[in-house]
Amino acid sequence: MAIELKVSEVKMGEAYVGKWGMVIDQDMCTGCQACVAACAMENNISFVGETDSGYGRSMHWIRIERFWEGSYPEVKMTPNQPMLCQQCGAATCEPVCPAFATVHSQAEQLNLQVYNRCVGTRYCANNCPYQVRSFNWRDYKRPEPLSNQLNPDVTVRRRGVMEKCTFCIQRIHKAQDMAKSEGREVVDGEFTTACAQACPASAITFGRVDNPDSLVSQLARVHGHGVKHLEELGTLPNVTYFKGG
Amino acid sequence: MAGYNKKAETAHVKAEHNQHDEEHFREKHLMLDPLPRGQMNDMVMESMYTTSWKFWVVFAILSVIVAWGLFYSWGRMILEGLGIAGVNRPVYWGIFLVNTVFWIGISHAGTFISAILRVFKAEFRRPFTRAAELMTTFGLVQAGFSIFMHMGRVWVSYWLMPYPNERMLWPNLHSPLTWDLLAITTYLLSSTMYLFLPLIPDLAMARDRSTGWRRTFYKTLALGFRGTEGEWAHLRNAMSIFAFAIIPVMFSVHTIVSWDFAAATRPGWNSSIFGPYFVVGALHSGMGAVIMVLAIVRGTMKNMKYFIRPEHFDAIGKLMLIISMTWAYFFFNDYMVQWYGGDKWTHMLLHFHESGPMGWMWFAMLIFNIAIPWAVLWNQKWRSTPWIVFIVGLLINVGMWFERYIIIPISLSINRMPFTWRLYHPGVEIPLGIGTLAFFILLYMAASRLIPLIPVWEVEEGQMAHELKKFGRETVVTVSELE
Repeated sequence: MAIELKVSEVKMGEAYVGKWGMVIDQDMCTGCQACVAACAMENNISFVGETDSGYGRSMHWIRIERFWEGSYPEVKMTPNQPMLCQQCGAATCEPVCPAFATVHSQAEQLNLQVYNRCVGTRYCANNCPYQVRSFNWRDYKRPEPLSNQLNPDVTVRRRGVMEKCTFCIQRIHKAQDMAKSEGREVVDGEFTTACAQACPASAITFGRVDNPDSLVSQLARVHGHGVKHLEELGTLPNVTYFKGG
Repeated sequence: MAGYNKKAETAHVKAEHNQHDEEHFREKHLMLDPLPRGQMNDMVMESMYTTSWKFWVVFAILSVIVAWGLFYSWGRMILEGLGIAGVNRPVYWGIFLVNTVFWIGISHAGTFISAILRVFKAEFRRPFTRAAELMTTFGLVQAGFSIFMHMGRVWVSYWLMPYPNERMLWPNLHSPLTWDLLAITTYLLSSTMYLFLPLIPDLAMARDRSTGWRRTFYKTLALGFRGTEGEWAHLRNAMSIFAFAIIPVMFSVHTIVSWDFAAATRPGWNSSIFGPYFVVGALHSGMGAVIMVLAIVRGTMKNMKYFIRPEHFDAIGKLMLIISMTWAYFFFNDYMVQWYGGDKWTHMLLHFHESGPMGWMWFAMLIFNIAIPWAVLWNQKWRSTPWIVFIVGLLINVGMWFERYIIIPISLSINRMPFTWRLYHPGVEIPLGIGTLAFFILLYMAASRLIPLIPVWEVEEGQMAHELKKFGRETVVTVSELE
């Protein structure tokens, strides 16, 4: 039996429409970090501790980037920028993995990280222009009550493995299974990612970008000036940002 | 009248000069200074047998360093995770990759010297081809250590090999890392065979002159070589096939290593000239390493002053100078094209190289790789002096290590997401790096006492082919075609 190794055939440019997408309204974002905490809870992300965190090893699948303009004393904060895996249509992390640990899923059109296939070359993280991948530098311990908090739907990763945002794929599958058992399609807004759910300002919206009636598509049309980060690299990201609107 | 006298006088002086030349030639060139075959064989055997207490002291110290730096530290890192190393976000690749590229670079000169000079029939190569080839094999061993240390889960590294398995999972042939592994494995295997082939007659020579365990050792390795016409014919055939075939392998290896960087989207990495630039860089550091090894071998091993002479340092010194110039060309080409490209991230990075916190390294690289070789190696007297070229070779190697350090951790420190910018501070990489260096020297020291470091039969062959002949008043060095 020969297996066909299909590389995601994505058309470059305008014609590309992903499946699941996100819009983030930076004007609404207060920088409260609720999404960061919710993501860590939902996805069993390790807490690396003070020392490692201070050395740039903190593990977050989403982070709030803060920038400022001008120089002291005329410093002006720019809108907060939540940064997570952009679930690129033509992801730069995928072709460089020697072990096929980071792959494109045909069904969900997402970049998947296969934890138990990862050998830890960290090439994907180097090649990610958004720098949103986290590496398990050690086996981080969870102090006692926290070990009861683990989400049973998500794998717990060990040392030496790369991980990143999955658009809460466990929630996508749960909703799909539910809909299937009830003999219907998944309804827009029926479920959302942990970060979007936790956001008190509703700055994050998640949904189907290939459905013109979904909330994400409507928001994109209403704003009309969405920005995709580092689009010039041809990565075809699925996250759209609004700012100054 | 006066003119005639002067002419006669010149002729007379010239004749005397020729006489003097002949002496001078013999003293200078190994090929023109033959010794009886048996004596030369004995000299090489003696150099293998002679070990002073200093050898054993250095050997013991290096063994301790290898045990601590390589095996203990690596074991600790496997058990605790890469957290004890200094790599972080965004510098996911640190000194491990620097050392990998560095050792592959070192391994290049062995083949370059041996295969290319053999193909071009450069006669000065004869006494030191083996010393260079040994560097290739042992350098690649260190490169292998460095790349496996780098992996997060080294215990599953066999997944990178294309082996048949029930899940039909293969390595990703789109990834430069897969190609890397294939290229390095090919190079390690072919360079080991290429090291072994010319070694067979010398192993047979050693077998006939030794007793005890050494005899068993050489007997096994010599594969029953007796020196018949047929055996020599086969050996020569195999050697010439390998010498030609290994040259493209050598070029491909470092080109593929450069693709790890050139195929990525990082500013400062995505440069189409990286292939040849890396190959020349590898030769630059490799030549420096060869000359260092030759200087040490000549200074510390018995009878080596006869085999390795200033003429060899002179010849390698010339090659080093040319390679330094070529490297300078590629460096500035790479720099200029990236600068001219006008990408703002690349500009930021180039600026960061020169004036960032590690800017001293950028300038040191240029001084060690360009300024010092150009200032020293143009002078024949200086480049024939072992200790001078040793220092130049050492500085070139330091400079080339800096170059890889600038390309990998320093270029990774800044990227298109300014929020993640961060510097890199090596941790356990330092003992591991020292460990690979010590292991390289240790392997070399062991090999120098176990296998003949000088290809005696090649030297003998060269000495038989070379002759000083007088044509009229001129003394000329002639070579008869042997191969």
